Amino acid sequence: MMQKKNKALSGVYVALLMLFLYLPIFVLIVFSFNSSKGYSWTGFSLKWYVDLFSNELILNSLKNTLIVALFASVFATVIGASAAVGVFSMQNKYAKSVIRSVTNIPLVMPEIVMGISLMLLFAFLNMSGFVPLIIAHISFCVPTVFFSVLPKLRQINKNMYEAALDLGCNPVQAFFKVVLPEIMPGIITGFLMALTYSLDDFVISYFTAGNVQTLSITIYSMVKKRVSPEINALSTIMFVVVLLVLLVTNIRSIKTETAKQKKMMHI
Amino acid sequence: MIRLNAKWTSYPYIVWMLLFTILPLLLVVYFAFTDSSGAFTLDNVKQSALYIPTLVNSIYLAALATLFCLVLAYPFAFIMSRLSFSRQKMMSMLIMLPMWMNFLLRTYAWQAILEDNGVINTLLTAIGLPPATLINTSGAVVLGMVYNYIPFMILPLYSIMTKIDKSILEASSDLGAGFFATFRRVVLPLSLPGIVSGVTMVFVPAVSTFVISGMLGGSGNYLIGDLIEVQFLGNSYDLNAGSATSLLLMVVVLITMAIFSRFETEDSEEALV
Repeated sequence: MMQKKNKALSGVYVALLMLFLYLPIFVLIVFSFNSSKGYSWTGFSLKWYVDLFSNELILNSLKNTLIVALFASVFATVIGASAAVGVFSMQNKYAKSVIRSVTNIPLVMPEIVMGISLMLLFAFLNMSGFVPLIIAHISFCVPTVFFSVLPKLRQINKNMYEAALDLGCNPVQAFFKVVLPEIMPGIITGFLMALTYSLDDFVISYFTAGNVQTLSITIYSMVKKRVSPEINALSTIMFVVVLLVLLVTNIRSIKTETAKQKKMMHI
Repeated sequence: MIRLNAKWTSYPYIVWMLLFTILPLLLVVYFAFTDSSGAFTLDNVKQSALYIPTLVNSIYLAALATLFCLVLAYPFAFIMSRLSFSRQKMMSMLIMLPMWMNFLLRTYAWQAILEDNGVINTLLTAIGLPPATLINTSGAVVLGMVYNYIPFMILPLYSIMTKIDKSILEASSDLGAGFFATFRRVVLPLSLPGIVSGVTMVFVPAVSTFVISGMLGGSGNYLIGDLIEVQFLGNSYDLNAGSATSLLLMVVVLITMAIFSRFETEDSEEALV
């Protein structure tokens, strides 16, 4: 009896919290189809979607965002993954822990502080345009790659690596044949995280972008004007895209898991 | 663990780190203690003392938001950790999904709901009630912070709570402990590392925000982040004064982390990685 009551109570609680998380998004989606600007329903319309796709500024910022994210995440992955391998190779415990702590700085410091500090540097070096923005993005993306690769290196089976060496590989070959395939999942996770961080970033871009318009910066200048229904349309599209990506990746991972289980059963 | 001999592959990163993480932070310190001609001065730092009330207000609102996040997230994370594996996966996806949406858009959604002509007030007038002032209040700022950062509280709490074995809870109740005794003497101590990392992960972005206060707080809720924004990009442009204000914020963050790292065990560091 008590158990049942508890279960019902926790169900209600979970539902309420979900409502809190999703209600705002739901409101945006509904009003993106409203035919008037305000928040009283006046009829269905796709007007704001048409407006959105004819808005040069938004399309251009989207292009800039993609360019920055692509460059930043590729460079960050290369730098971060090789840094993880290098730090893993170090014997000096003190040096290792210093590097780990410094790598943590961009993750724990407030974004605004990282933003203004890089802004000062670029002002000092007199840099502007895409390069400083991409540098700034690489700086906050590298730590995520670093920390997703490092644990994978620790998990590598010692015997496998030694077997490769015994069977005639030199250390470089053994690295590419054993170590790299083993840490690949970490590198891919790191890359995807870096990509999403970069796509989503506002605060650091805001301080380091100069005159480059990224999507977040354009959104910020639009939301400052309060009511702008194209933003509702944009939110709806972004939500649907994210939902689809998550569904596809999750279905894939569930499928591979069930396939694995089936394989195990056959053995 | 295997032993590799590839130290050199970390050298590009070490250079990068020195140039683009350490050097910029040193520049903040340098600018804070110099005037516009580059001469040493303490004026900026002295002047930043004027902003202590703003800082106190930021700390107060961020602490309030952190407390609300903790109170709301704790039972949720516990319920979630007791579900079946596939349900847990689904739940954590549902928690993360809104996080994947740009946070400007999430905050904008609350603007649309709370505004004078927004969703709530439209509904209120439609049923004949007087409209309420919801936006441009400190309540709206706290709400915005809770909404944006609550996943940062739920996820670390949940990941630590999944490690609490069901048999420990059963043992506690078999030995005669009631619901509250089990909570206080078993669940709470075991989940402490999750609380510590959740609290810092919510408090740090909340205390330094300028977007949420700017969009939901109006002119009456000026936070330390707003101040830094106008000193670097706005109408009171002054890199030296702005650096001093940023230094003040950095000190607050470092003190917060120092306080909470005292509760941290080795476990919680693992949980973060």
